[in-house]
Amino acid sequence: MMAPDFNKGDDAAQRFRAAALPYLDDVYTLARYLLRDSHDAEDAVQECYLRAFRHFASFRGGSIKPWLLAILRNVCRAEYARRNASIVVTGGEEDIAEQKSEGLWDDPPSPETETLRRLDAVAVQDLIARLPEAYRETLVLREINDLSYREIADVVGVPVGTVMSRLARARALLRAAWLAEEKDT
Amino acid sequence: MTCDEAEVLIHALIDGELDAGHARDVEAHVAGCARCAAQLAALRDLHDAMPVQGLRHAAPASLRASIERVVPSPAKTDRRALLKGFVAGGALSALAAASVGIVILRQDRDSIVVGEAISAHLRSLQADHLTDVLSTDQHTVKPWFNGRIDLAPPVVDLTAQGFTLIGGRLDFIDGKPAAAIVYRRRVHVINLFVRQGADGASSTPQFEVVQGFNVIRWSDNGLALLAISDINREELEEFVARFTAAARLAQQS
Repeated sequence: MMAPDFNKGDDAAQRFRAAALPYLDDVYTLARYLLRDSHDAEDAVQECYLRAFRHFASFRGGSIKPWLLAILRNVCRAEYARRNASIVVTGGEEDIAEQKSEGLWDDPPSPETETLRRLDAVAVQDLIARLPEAYRETLVLREINDLSYREIADVVGVPVGTVMSRLARARALLRAAWLAEEKDT
Repeated sequence: MTCDEAEVLIHALIDGELDAGHARDVEAHVAGCARCAAQLAALRDLHDAMPVQGLRHAAPASLRASIERVVPSPAKTDRRALLKGFVAGGALSALAAASVGIVILRQDRDSIVVGEAISAHLRSLQADHLTDVLSTDQHTVKPWFNGRIDLAPPVVDLTAQGFTLIGGRLDFIDGKPAAAIVYRRRVHVINLFVRQGADGASSTPQFEVVQGFNVIRWSDNGLALLAISDINREELEEFVARFTAAARLAQQS
């Protein structure tokens, strides 16, 4: 296969650069939260942009940010598969955790009127990094990548109702972890 | 609305995913329910506490540079061929969107605007609030908007063409003030909403049917316009054509 060359200067490459490069930080941010490793994140982002460029002709217009993030997510899932093949132990653990907590309204959290103490960004990054994958990705896509519910549903490939329940659960977990962190410090 | 519904919808409220009508319903429930009010307060608190800018990661300059000039080596391409499962475009399939059960959620910015215009149109027909300024005289309606909205809506008299100007009204669509210019065709009301659009943007009229109403949207030199009515398509298109022509003429004189 011919390698794509961004420097060819033809129209498609120019259009791709103009459309896709402004979202590099968004794509990299999602990669950092999904893979929790800066080196793997860089590889994944590079792979994402190569694939996006290769398939740019099939991009049907609309908003390019969710399209890029969907590609990035696929790259990351391949990376999970690779990791799981080499580190057998972690396989499926999060899936089980997710199934358990999928019964979202079984134990609704008691009303909390306590105000959260402000934590620095690194501490909050750490709290988010510890959320189970499905909740982490939904939360990051909403809070940090600023996608709409519909866009998140498209990126993740689930109905909007699932996005809403995951987001509700993610926020409940994050808030609980946040309060626990305050007590520890 | 039940607490179970409200518990999910307060997230949609905070995220700006609800139209004005549903947002009011959620707020009304929360106002009368201490438990849901506490949930909403906790959510708002979490939202405010998130240091969003600090949570973003800037791509390293080296990554940016290598993406800009990258020519992958054959070895890397081989490894990449192993990564399966990517189908271009399929990732954002229209089918996934069709599986959505919750119709109150916005689809995108455009459909919010159209949805809210329809709500505003309906409100104007139901309540005694069709017009804030009741006048068939364009020279009364146009200046009425001065100081009420940050744009000068084109107000033209189309009585001779069969569309009677009956007044103007201030409305809100997608959080922005909109000038509503109200016309009548026989017994049918046409609401023409004029809002600030993208700078200097002009686009040709697009027709669509939404919730049984005929809607035409276009933009003209930075103004975003939307005409909505239950008159038939041909008549609404005629209205838009005549309005546009008359507005251009008025601008030149």
